[in-house]
Amino acid sequence: MSLKRSDIENIAMLARLALSESEVPVYLESLSRIMALVGELERADTSAVEPMAHPLPGQRQRLRVDAVTETDQHRLYQRNAPQTQADLYLVPRVIE
Amino acid sequence: MTGWHANTVAELSAALHEGSVSSVELTGLYLARIAQHQGALNAFISVTQEAALLQAERADARLRAGERGALIGVPIAHKDIFCTAGERTTCGSRMLANFVSPYDATVVERLRAAGAVMLGKTNMDEFAMGSSSETSYFGPVRNPWDPARVPGGSSGGSAPAATATDTGGSIRQPAALCGVTGLKPTYGRVSRFGMVAFASSLDQGGLLTISAEDAAVLLAAMAGFDERDSTSVELPVPDYTASLAQPLKGLKIGLLHEFFDQGLDPQIEQRIRDALDVLRLEGASLRDVSLPNLPLSVPTYYVVAPAECSSNLARFDGVRYGYRCERPRDLLDLYQRSRGEGFGAEVKRRIMVGTYVLSAGYYDAYYLKAQRVRALISADFARAFHEVDVLIGPTTPTAAFELGAKTGDPVTMYLNDIYTIGANLAGLPAISVPCGFVQGLPVGMQIIGPHFSEPRLLNVAHRYQCESDWHRRAPPGFT
Repeated sequence: MSLKRSDIENIAMLARLALSESEVPVYLESLSRIMALVGELERADTSAVEPMAHPLPGQRQRLRVDAVTETDQHRLYQRNAPQTQADLYLVPRVIE
Repeated sequence: MTGWHANTVAELSAALHEGSVSSVELTGLYLARIAQHQGALNAFISVTQEAALLQAERADARLRAGERGALIGVPIAHKDIFCTAGERTTCGSRMLANFVSPYDATVVERLRAAGAVMLGKTNMDEFAMGSSSETSYFGPVRNPWDPARVPGGSSGGSAPAATATDTGGSIRQPAALCGVTGLKPTYGRVSRFGMVAFASSLDQGGLLTISAEDAAVLLAAMAGFDERDSTSVELPVPDYTASLAQPLKGLKIGLLHEFFDQGLDPQIEQRIRDALDVLRLEGASLRDVSLPNLPLSVPTYYVVAPAECSSNLARFDGVRYGYRCERPRDLLDLYQRSRGEGFGAEVKRRIMVGTYVLSAGYYDAYYLKAQRVRALISADFARAFHEVDVLIGPTTPTAAFELGAKTGDPVTMYLNDIYTIGANLAGLPAISVPCGFVQGLPVGMQIIGPHFSEPRLLNVAHRYQCESDWHRRAPPGFT
């Protein structure tokens, strides 16, 4: 299957990536090549195979007890924030 | 005071314990070497000089007080994907160019507690996505054997040892191309806590070292259960150094038929076969093994890894940490431009591939299909390990290529990982050891074993290194 320019724009929108006009054809070409490579997977007969869910056989994701273990360190964490005010993260106005 | 840099961790440790050198002296020497070669190689993103010298003073005090420990006072470097409290962790990206982690990665914490001295943070492909270390926001890394060539997907720089991560070969491939030893442990063996996530079902922390013996010493300090990583396994850590010298008599080696295919440089094949002769003289037996689904590992990986990457990297939104664009018009514009400007071309490409294969209507055809093929590849390995103890083949199809040679076509670049990806998909441990040169460039032999067979892999690699000196060779100008 071949990708179209509108597919790239749609994927970029879903991924929340701003692409410049000149980037679109570059990604159109490389994503098309990559999806052609991925197309080789069709050769494998997987009708009787369950999708792999964990790299180690028989292992399942361990769950922890549902208890509060973190302490409030928001001042420390917010040191990396681009913009904060009154201990809150600032973003452009969402609701008019 | 010259020549210390050529020593292994084991040798440095012995010298530190007998007092023939201090950690402050050693640390100063390595810092000077980094400064000397940084311009040519660009191996480091940050050099943490002040913290290193403080840690070295503390290590010397521990040694003076009679404390003993294989890593006390030994200088190491961390790949800049491991979070270090109070020091920058960039992951090679503009997105995290000014990020200072509030906490240490478990690996960093454990190595520090063991007394290792952190020299700095090594350069890497942006978010560990690449096979050449050319996609770093901080500029490409160069191969010390030929600065016109790539070092592979991460760099050990001039340190005697460095931590690294391997999602599709990012430890073994640079180890092969730079002539050092590279160990990717079993999935879950080393904690991923504080390691910036790329593809969580494939990522595994490991090591670049001079020798397998050094990898054994460092892995013992890094490995083990960590409740902060939900995929960390609850298994005891064996004494990796205890079994290093064990004879190889009776060892059954499988030659991976699919690794000796048309894509392999014949000169590299010869170096691997020479190395196999050495192992045979040590008492190992050889037989051919075929893993019929292995040729599908590259397309499988380039669905699974981008899918997980697109999900993991969704956290970079320009709100809580990381790069934010100037003057966003609204929230959507803030997300789109912060991500569009903060990520480099290869990272954006993988996010888009991942977004596409997970999107409505394509999930079954691509993502689930790839996870089914992954199960087939994993079953191939399991069957092979009923017959043999370890599998051996080349680490890479060619020696180091020139900078820029493969940046034009991502698929050509991805095919570099053809021999390394299988172990990641199946969660297996694997090690690359230097086994000779082709036209002055190092070649790596890869040894893959069953889950948690690190003691056996290190044993085979160590016995080979006792019979060869390829791992002790240094590039001209770096001796």
